[in-house]
Amino acid sequence: MEQLVPLLVALPLGAAFLIVMIAHAGPLKRLTTPLAVLAVLVNLLIAGRLLWAGALHVYVGGWGQGQTLGIELVCDGLSKLMLIVINFVALASIIFATQYMRRFTKVWLFDALFLLMTGAMSAVVLAGDMFNLFVFLEVAAIASYALVAFGCESEELEAAFKYLILGTVGSAFILLGVTILYSLTGHLNMAKISEALRTIGPDSPGVLLGGAAIIAGLALKAAMVPFHAWLPDAHPSAPAPISAMLSGVLIKASGVYALARVVFGVLGVSPYYANILIAMGLLSMVLGMFLAIGQWDFKRLLAYSSISQVGYVVLALGVAAEAMSRAAPDRTVAALCLFGGLFHLFNHATFKSLLFLASGSIEQQAHTRLLKEMGGLSRRMPVTSFCCRIGALSISGVPPFNGFFSKLIIIIALVLSGHNVLAAVGIGVAVGTLLMYIKVQRYVLEGEPSDAVAAAREAPAGMCIALVLLTIVCICAGLALVPLRDLLFTPAGEALLGALP
Amino acid sequence: MSQPGMTIIVKNTTRIIAGFIALFGVYIALTGHLSPGGGFAGGVILAAAAVLVVLAFGSGFAGRIVNEPKCHIWDGTGAMGFLVVALCGYITGGFFVNFIPIGTAHHLLSGGMIPLANLAILLKVGAGLAGAFVALSAFKYGRPRSIRRVGREL
Amino acid sequence: MGITIYLLTFAVLLVGLYIVVAKKNIIKIIVGVLIIDYAVNLLLVLVGYRSDGVAPILSPGQTAADLAETGVDPLPQAMVLTSIVIGLGITALMVSMAIRLHQKYGTFDMNRIRKLRG
Repeated sequence: MEQLVPLLVALPLGAAFLIVMIAHAGPLKRLTTPLAVLAVLVNLLIAGRLLWAGALHVYVGGWGQGQTLGIELVCDGLSKLMLIVINFVALASIIFATQYMRRFTKVWLFDALFLLMTGAMSAVVLAGDMFNLFVFLEVAAIASYALVAFGCESEELEAAFKYLILGTVGSAFILLGVTILYSLTGHLNMAKISEALRTIGPDSPGVLLGGAAIIAGLALKAAMVPFHAWLPDAHPSAPAPISAMLSGVLIKASGVYALARVVFGVLGVSPYYANILIAMGLLSMVLGMFLAIGQWDFKRLLAYSSISQVGYVVLALGVAAEAMSRAAPDRTVAALCLFGGLFHLFNHATFKSLLFLASGSIEQQAHTRLLKEMGGLSRRMPVTSFCCRIGALSISGVPPFNGFFSKLIIIIALVLSGHNVLAAVGIGVAVGTLLMYIKVQRYVLEGEPSDAVAAAREAPAGMCIALVLLTIVCICAGLALVPLRDLLFTPAGEALLGALP
Repeated sequence: MSQPGMTIIVKNTTRIIAGFIALFGVYIALTGHLSPGGGFAGGVILAAAAVLVVLAFGSGFAGRIVNEPKCHIWDGTGAMGFLVVALCGYITGGFFVNFIPIGTAHHLLSGGMIPLANLAILLKVGAGLAGAFVALSAFKYGRPRSIRRVGREL
Repeated sequence: MGITIYLLTFAVLLVGLYIVVAKKNIIKIIVGVLIIDYAVNLLLVLVGYRSDGVAPILSPGQTAADLAETGVDPLPQAMVLTSIVIGLGITALMVSMAIRLHQKYGTFDMNRIRKLRG
């Protein structure tokens, strides 16, 4: 079973290299997209198989447990949850891309970069040491910079350049933090750094400097509010499957996941970090919602709404850290917070990628992204409209869809931990989200068809399959809450809480 | 100048030394497990030979030797080779585990799978850097005419 | 020496940060990002340094324990190499994007590269 874990990284990377090799070889060129779909599918199956294995520790290159050197891959509950999310969204996106990307040239390049990003994200969630985490964050980020600029139009290049500069500065700060932690402890392995930091004391100035650098860098990757400037440009500019991957997975794998892992697993919870997370989450929720309501560009609205929804997850993580950093740690509340936050992370990955993919197929048919120029699409594109509607209902927290349950759990956990104001803000933001998606429904799906959409037809079958796949998960995740909690979210929360003393 | 590229002096010098530069790159990669250097440094030197050829002869003529499809293929092969070396570790135990006898230290045939990995990195880095240079040098041809007059900004 | 040299790397980092934040020319921004990168790399090398240390290469007749006594820490050097390689890839991407942007907009001035708003 342990031998399967490195394959999760090796398989997508190998497929990406193979695609580059065969791309110039005449008839083999047609195989690139099927190869990419196959690689992601096999990866999803492996990730699914690993769910029933315990926590796995793989020491790459035969370095044993006792040695300080060597790279460790950790496949615990949280990694498994993230692997499922990454590979599932990647599968839906690549199926969507088989038909969506036909209007672009050099599709093989897209396939290769897509697999590179998927493989690197899988490696990020498996990384057991800080430097490996940094390296694969960078690999995923480089692939995503290139993918945002894939269309090579003015706006896309501008957005990608902005994203590239801010992303690189963020990475430099992550490396700075890793350096400081290494110089303080002499370790790179997360568990060992965490052990050594306990003897140094989490409040010593060096540790705080390192922690601040890492958290700033990761918050930039997660597009938390003071650092969010690149996201509303970068995510809408990318091709739709990539928007779905960036908003659905990348900001979570390289931002939220890494934040959670670093705060809980390496730095150890302390009131400083907890308050930073709470403040960033709160700001992101509120500002993201207000900025999103004012948007008239469909994909831009979705991008701002991503900031707002990821704010929920970070807020839940922050409150969990706060509950654990009290004099009398409240493990039950922390576990509930983590359950709500991770469930919302899962849900947001499904419904936001669903909405981005739907916006892609709508854009392809209507040739516009402006809400005011659309209208009446529910008659022209029944399948896409149905999926889009389910996604919108889920994200706005309408029962019985999955978004309702995750927001409800987060709000209950906030009340239980004594943060009534935060809970009230959470409810307010949920109402705002509902308003924003009522606006989407009203302008995109309802009403009389406008001139722009007069010629719109239903999207091709492959794109519909991807949408339906995500819709099914959106509907089922809300109904199958309890089995999912036992299978995915409780082990994931345990993995975070178990690293604490 | 009727011919593309640089003067005949540069071209002739390049003709003579480019091969030696490439050879030195391979040497650095092959002895990477014994002395400073290795796949990356060797690959950079190998790419420098390719860059020299492109600079001296102009990317049109040199395109027969160094062009983008070739770089892509060799780049993919190198990366694939590295992955295959890593996966061969499954023969003896796991990912990246050494599967070749280690040999005596400080001899050329030693270090287990490290020389193989260095060779793969040599290919990958050499082709990758050369490809990046070729791609960057190809840009000037694709520049639209309407913008050419505002080229003084730098 | 002492702590001064560490503070100097932080000064270099701040110079890079200033360039990225304050300058409007794309090429200057790229240079600023590179300066930030190099400052972090410099700090990483410094972390592994020990006074009068030797290069961490095993010479014939030497055991690993001897080397650990005298040599500098090789791990940060490996990390710096990785980080430099990543920086190289990012630089190539940044430069090619800058060229493309110049093709599209005819300028390197960030103030005039502004189609995205809101």
